[in-house]
Amino acid sequence: MDRRRFLQTGAAAAAALSAMSCRRSQGRWRFFTDTEGRTLAALCDQIVPPDDYPGAAQAGAVEFIDRQLMRHYRKHRAAYRRGLAETDQISIATFGHAFASLTFPQQTEIVHVLEGQRRPFFDLVLSHTMQSFYGSPRHGGNRDAVSWRMLGVPEPPVRGRSQFDGAGKRPS
Amino acid sequence: MKKVNAVVIGAGAGGGVVAKELSTGGLSVVLLERGQWQSANDDRKDDLRNQRTTILGNAFGPNDEGNPRVVVDLAGSEHVVAPSEGWYSNNAACVGGGTLSWGAQAWRFMRQDFRMRSTYGAPEGSTLEDWPIGYDDLEPFYEKAEWEIGVSGNDDGNPFKAPRRRPLPMPALPPNREYEILLPAAKRLGLHPFDIPMARNSVPYNGRGPCMRCRWCVGFACEVDAKNGTQNTVIPTALATGNCELRTGCMTKEILVDDRGRASGVAYFDSNGHLQTQPAEFVVVSCAAIESARLLLNSQSRLHPRGLGNRYDNVGRNLQGHTYTGAVGAFDFEVYDDVGPGAGIAISDFNHGNPGLRGGAMLANEFIRLPIHVTGMLPPGTPRWGAGHKEAMRQYYKRTMVIMGPTQEMPMAESRVEVDPKVRDRWGIPVARLSGDRHPHTLEIGRAMCDKAAMWLKEAGAVRTWLMLPGRGVSGGQHQAGTCRMGDNPKSSVVNQHCQIHDVDNVFVVDGSVHVNNGGFNPALTIMAIGYYASAGILQMWRGTGLRS
Repeated sequence: MDRRRFLQTGAAAAAALSAMSCRRSQGRWRFFTDTEGRTLAALCDQIVPPDDYPGAAQAGAVEFIDRQLMRHYRKHRAAYRRGLAETDQISIATFGHAFASLTFPQQTEIVHVLEGQRRPFFDLVLSHTMQSFYGSPRHGGNRDAVSWRMLGVPEPPVRGRSQFDGAGKRPS
Repeated sequence: MKKVNAVVIGAGAGGGVVAKELSTGGLSVVLLERGQWQSANDDRKDDLRNQRTTILGNAFGPNDEGNPRVVVDLAGSEHVVAPSEGWYSNNAACVGGGTLSWGAQAWRFMRQDFRMRSTYGAPEGSTLEDWPIGYDDLEPFYEKAEWEIGVSGNDDGNPFKAPRRRPLPMPALPPNREYEILLPAAKRLGLHPFDIPMARNSVPYNGRGPCMRCRWCVGFACEVDAKNGTQNTVIPTALATGNCELRTGCMTKEILVDDRGRASGVAYFDSNGHLQTQPAEFVVVSCAAIESARLLLNSQSRLHPRGLGNRYDNVGRNLQGHTYTGAVGAFDFEVYDDVGPGAGIAISDFNHGNPGLRGGAMLANEFIRLPIHVTGMLPPGTPRWGAGHKEAMRQYYKRTMVIMGPTQEMPMAESRVEVDPKVRDRWGIPVARLSGDRHPHTLEIGRAMCDKAAMWLKEAGAVRTWLMLPGRGVSGGQHQAGTCRMGDNPKSSVVNQHCQIHDVDNVFVVDGSVHVNNGGFNPALTIMAIGYYASAGILQMWRGTGLRS
C-alpha cells in the first residue's frame, strides 16, 4: 500500500468511525434506528391509540421497549429488527409508503395483516406495549402515570391510609 | 471450620422457624441462605418486576442469569428456563424465602387434608395417601406459628375448620368494598364467609405497626413492615440468641457423609464463590420442594449412590402445588376501591364434601389487580388491541372481581424433580429437571370450583362471569410440595413422622417437601407449624443424645 492509499483508507476509516459515533451519540434510541423508532411508535399507537388520553407512543412505549432491549429483552432484538422491517415492507407493498407515513386507518389494516401473518412478532409488540402503558412509569412508559390516572387509581399512591378507615361500618 | 450442632439450609418458612427453635434451645446453628437479606427498599413497588408479576424479572431471587432449570413439557420436549419464566416454578431466594413477599394467607389445613386416602380413596394413577401425623399433632404448633409470626383475621364464622384452642392474636382488618359486596351474597347462598387469617399486622404487634392498606401486597416486600414472615420474626430472634449465624449468598452444593453414611456437614459455595465445608452434628434441609429434592439427589456417595434418602427412588416424586381456578365477574357498578391488601373474605364450604370429588378448594377474593393484570382478564370477545381494548380497560378496571382458590391436587409419582444430566447452574451444580402432569381428577375438581366461584359472583351482582379454567402440565410454583413425602414406610416415603430421612438419621427435611398432600389452602402456615413440630422432635432427640455422633 503506498502512502496515498494508506492515508485515504485511514481517512475513510476515521470518517466511518466518526459517523458511527455520531449515530450513537445523536440517535434518539439505544437499540432502534430512527426509522425503526418511527415505525414502532406508530405500531404502538395502533395498540393503545390516543383518545381523550394519550396513546402508547406519547406515553413512552418506544422508550420502554428500547430500554428493555438493552436489558431484560435482549433475546427479542432480532425479532424487532426483522419484524419492523417486514412491517414497512408490507406497508410499501400494500400502500406504497412506510408504515409511519400511512393514515391511521391504513395502519390499522396493516396491523390486521401482521396479526394474521406475523403473529409471534405482533404478539410480542402487543404485550410489550401493554406493559409500557399499564406498567410502572419508572421503566420509561406510562409517562406521568397516564394510564393510572385514566383508570382512576391514585397517583402518587395514597400512603399511610389508616387501618381504622372503615371501622364502625363493618357489616355483620 | 468449627463444627456446629446444626446446619440449616434455606432461610424460608421452614428453615427460619427451625433455626429459631434450635438456637433458642441452646444449639449452635449455621443458617445458610443462597439469597440476600432484602427489604422493600431494594425493590420498590414495581408492577412489572416483583415476585408475583415477573415480566421484567424476580424482585426477590433467584436472578435470571446462571440459575436455570430444565422443564419437560407434555410432548416430551425439554426447555431450559430462567427463574422469571412461569414454567420454572419459582418460589424465592432471599432471607424469609417466599414469606418476604407473600400474600400472607395463613391457613390451617383441615382434618380431612391429613386423611385424604382414608376419606376418599386414591383415584387411579394417583399416590393420594394419608399423612402419618394428623391435625391434632400439629394443632399446638399451628397455634405457636400464629402467635410468634403474628396472624390477624377471624375464622369464627367457618364451621368447617378443625377446632382451635386459641383465637388468632389480632383482629381482622376492616373490610374493603369487595368484601362488603361478597359477604351478604355468600350469606344469601347459605355459605359461611369469614375473614381470611393473614400473617399481617392489623394492629401494632411484635414491635411493628399495622398494614397501611396499599394495593401492592402479594409479590412485594412491605414498605411499613406490617407483613410477617420469618425474616422479621423468628430469624431475628434466632440471631439475637447468639447461637445462630446466618450466612447469605451461600449456595449449598451437597450434604457430606462419613464412612458410615451419616451426614458430617455440608459443602457450599460462599458469597465469593469459594467452596467451603461446614461440619455439623446434623443437617436440616429447608430449600422448598424442588431445591430440597435437588440437593438430596445431588448428595451422592458410596453408600448413597442415587442421592441421600433415595434408596427407593422416592426423592423428587409427587411434586405438586395448587391448581388455581375460579371466575371473573363483570359488574355494572364499581367494586374495586383500591384498599389493600385485596383478599379479605373466604369460604371453606367447598374444601371437602363435594359429591363425587376428592377434596376441593378454599375460595377467596383475589389479592391484587394491578392495571397490567387486567389487560389480560377483560371479558371474552374484547378486542386484544386498539380503541376497543382501551375503552374496555376504562370500563372494567374497577368493575371486575375475581374469586379463586387453590384446588388440592391428586399427587402423582410421575410428576417429579430429577437432576438434569447436562445443564448446570453458575456454580457447576446439576440443576433441577421437572416433568409430569396434573391428574385428570385434579382438573375435574378445579372445573367444579370455577362454577362455585361464578355462582358467588353472580349472586353478588355480576352481570357477566367467565371462568379461569385449570391448565395442564407439571405443577409446583410458589406452593410447591410433596417431593420428600412423610410416611411410616421407608419404601414409599422419604422422611418419617419426625421429618427425619428414613435411612440417614441425622438429616431432616423441613419444608413443603414433606407434605403428603397439600390441602386446599395456601401452605405456608402449615410449613411453619411443621417447622415448630419437627424442631420439638429434634430437640427431644438431641437431649436424648440420639443425634450426637
